Amino acid sequence: METIHLPRIGTAQAWRDAARGLMLREVPPEDALWRFADESQTDLFACPVRAANRAAPARAPAGRTPPSVPKGFLDLANTVVWHADPERFARLYDFLCRLQDNPRLISDRGDADLARLRTMEKNVRRCAHKMKAFVRFRDVGDAAGRRRFAAWFEPTHHTVEPTAPFFTRRFGDMDWIIATPDVTARFEDGRLTLEDGQPKPDLPEDGAEELWGTYFRNIFNPARLKVQAMCSEMPRKYWKNMPEARHIPDLIAHAGERALEMQLAAPTLPPQRAEKILKQARMPQGCTMPQTQSGLTRELRGCARCPLHRDATQAVPGEGPADARLMIVGEQPGDHEDLAGRPFVGPAGQLFDRVAGEAGLDRQAVYVTNAVKHFKFRRQGKRRLHQPPNRTEIEHCKWWLEAEIALVKPKLILSMGATALQSLTGRREGLLKRRGRVEDTRHGRVFVTVHPSYLLRLPTAALREAETVKFRDDLAQVTEMIAA
Amino acid sequence: MMNIMVMSLNKKLAILSDAARYDASCASSGTARRDSRDGKGLGSTEGSGICHAYAPDGRCISLLKILMTNFCIYDCAYCVNRVSSNTPRARFSVEEVVHLTTEFYRRNYIEGLFLSSGIIRSPDKTMEDMVQIARTLRERENFRGYIHLKTIPDAAPDLIEQAGLFADRLSINVELPTDAAVQAYAPEKNPGTIRAAMGDVKARRVASKERSHTGKRPPKFAPAGQSTQMIVGADGSNDATILGQATRLYGDFGLKRVYYSAFSPIPDASRKLPLIKPPLAREHRLYQADWLLRFYGFDVDEITGVAPGGNLDLDLDPKLAWALAHRALFPVDVQRADREMLLRVPGFGTRTVGRILTTRRHRTLRYEDLQRMGAALKKARPFITVRGWTPGALTDSADLRARFAPPPEQLQLI
Repeated sequence: METIHLPRIGTAQAWRDAARGLMLREVPPEDALWRFADESQTDLFACPVRAANRAAPARAPAGRTPPSVPKGFLDLANTVVWHADPERFARLYDFLCRLQDNPRLISDRGDADLARLRTMEKNVRRCAHKMKAFVRFRDVGDAAGRRRFAAWFEPTHHTVEPTAPFFTRRFGDMDWIIATPDVTARFEDGRLTLEDGQPKPDLPEDGAEELWGTYFRNIFNPARLKVQAMCSEMPRKYWKNMPEARHIPDLIAHAGERALEMQLAAPTLPPQRAEKILKQARMPQGCTMPQTQSGLTRELRGCARCPLHRDATQAVPGEGPADARLMIVGEQPGDHEDLAGRPFVGPAGQLFDRVAGEAGLDRQAVYVTNAVKHFKFRRQGKRRLHQPPNRTEIEHCKWWLEAEIALVKPKLILSMGATALQSLTGRREGLLKRRGRVEDTRHGRVFVTVHPSYLLRLPTAALREAETVKFRDDLAQVTEMIAA
Repeated sequence: MMNIMVMSLNKKLAILSDAARYDASCASSGTARRDSRDGKGLGSTEGSGICHAYAPDGRCISLLKILMTNFCIYDCAYCVNRVSSNTPRARFSVEEVVHLTTEFYRRNYIEGLFLSSGIIRSPDKTMEDMVQIARTLRERENFRGYIHLKTIPDAAPDLIEQAGLFADRLSINVELPTDAAVQAYAPEKNPGTIRAAMGDVKARRVASKERSHTGKRPPKFAPAGQSTQMIVGADGSNDATILGQATRLYGDFGLKRVYYSAFSPIPDASRKLPLIKPPLAREHRLYQADWLLRFYGFDVDEITGVAPGGNLDLDLDPKLAWALAHRALFPVDVQRADREMLLRVPGFGTRTVGRILTTRRHRTLRYEDLQRMGAALKKARPFITVRGWTPGALTDSADLRARFAPPPEQLQLI
């Protein structure tokens, strides 16, 4: 029988060193007796105490390979050693010995020993988490330019040591002490020290606690009382060290009547200022043809002429100078345009910008818009797949396109793709035959070409290249026409 | 002198936290990692958030959730702060919010700030003041904790841009599940504008993740994403509509969370919306359905398809309701079924399924193993076969629903 003493501070490393030593000497689990700090002896038949080799960790004797453990066990052990159960070290060592024969045990969630260790691990994790949450500092004055705070906390497990680094990361610019009956953590000038526990210090009440209590009382909604939900997440054992907890009984007691009061109260008359403010805030309503570009944009945002507005993010108005000589009409906003609220910013728009640049067309001097202002799509999983607008939708949206034409009065309109063509000329058939020509319509002269997304969809690079050249020629021709 | 100041701050805090309590969001997780180990700042964020306290309504208190002001020029029927309400009004100064946030944070009361506001004067002015608070916290106080800003939909784009640089999360509430309901109960709000604002935030987030041609990363924009909230039970929408809207929001704008908030009585209620007991059970079922949509591979139609009248069964959780309606697919052989099917077994969570998959690679599972793996076997039993357990006729028995549903209650006769 061998007795191993483990210290209160630095337990994890000490257990690891001791376990390694025992394994090298092939000590079976039933012959190891683990003792933690000053805990009383639990094994009645224990031999006289033999101090573990703490100062010099056991090294592998010549000829023996050090034991190996599967991934995951160290994390488990480093957490479980902080549990309050006196059997934790023995259980860990026992499981470690079993792992030597069967390393796959570590991923067997049905194994009873592992299940027990995992439960302990969970308890420690939860305790550490609650410590991060429920420690309450009190202001204890300044020292050398740094503010000082102190807290008293009573953890269920030995979680001060593994949790202290969290507080150093969080409260780096102040000095603090977390005193507990188990271990006390002290952080001064950026250095963390751990020392033995202490009795509860006398900390003066903090001025902020009154404000915090006010907040706690007022953020509570008396109409939805769920005491059990509160208690399962914030067990009563923590309440005595939390300043806000003293308000809980009162809040619970009066919740019912407060909720009832709200329901029974008769509606009151609005205050006098309400009417005046509302009159100012409500937007002017109207359905006449908008006279300015911003007016058009504002009205377009509220458009509900066709069902497309229900699924789209927003209506996308045209963009460009109000006195542009050329207006370009595309099909409809795509995924990018729908989110950005601007026309021609997606892949097709970028292609257009590039080719237009090559053709000498200044995009800044052109008014760009779409025949349909809302994005039409089919949802597939998280993706939104483009759908061409139908005849009715194009017809409904034509009102907006006409309003834009009336505002901008362009010298020439460039129609890109079948949808724009249909909207502007009433006929979509024979796009490829009609491209490159100017048609006279009631909106003025319309130059017909393909939509840049057509180029993106072509199957081969050679085709794409040939079509891009044609498209560039179209744009160059348009540039010439508006310059003349 | 000191005392007077504390008194008035206390009063303001009471009014402005009272006004903020109807916002359900409390998350402080999933943002970029930061800490103050360098000793020059305050605060840290590390992946998972922390709930620092719980109020007796069962909700966690993670962030200091306050309104900058509860003066508002809008008249939304469901809101306690609408212009026509007689609720007491107050307004925090920038310094007061900064002071409260840092002092509470230093005492480990909170994870950070969740700042919302009524609309004063104009959307731009309101947003500007909120951004000013976030900027002061970040730049002057070197605050590295969590900041969640409620964005005002109509605010100017450059204000949204700045808000996203200082805040971890931005949110805009869609408020009600349908556009018609928003128009009826929140006449000053425009659902299109709200969607446009969410689209804008999404686009900025995408842009902030793209490296420039030199490989330089642009500054992070709202690293914890955006969320929204829908009020449940104020208008007549059924659960199918609500979940349909939620699916749209998740898909279109990549939202991190959609919060459902049971419409709960407010002081000084509007005549337009009579007060009811908050539909808490319905809210709970909606959250369960939301989880099934996001983590369990369910489709919204599958969940609402088994719900009579488009409303979820309040007696059973939605997964159990689905399983009861699709008994032909059960029992499932735990040893051999694929992941997708295991996730559909009532009583199996994502973690249990993960554990089953890793363990069954090495050996045959037994009934007792499932217990240790965290399965809720009382629920799962009729739907699985595993060594040591077969449900026999239980799966198809006529009274299976009655085993799970709460016992019928005698109605009040008078």
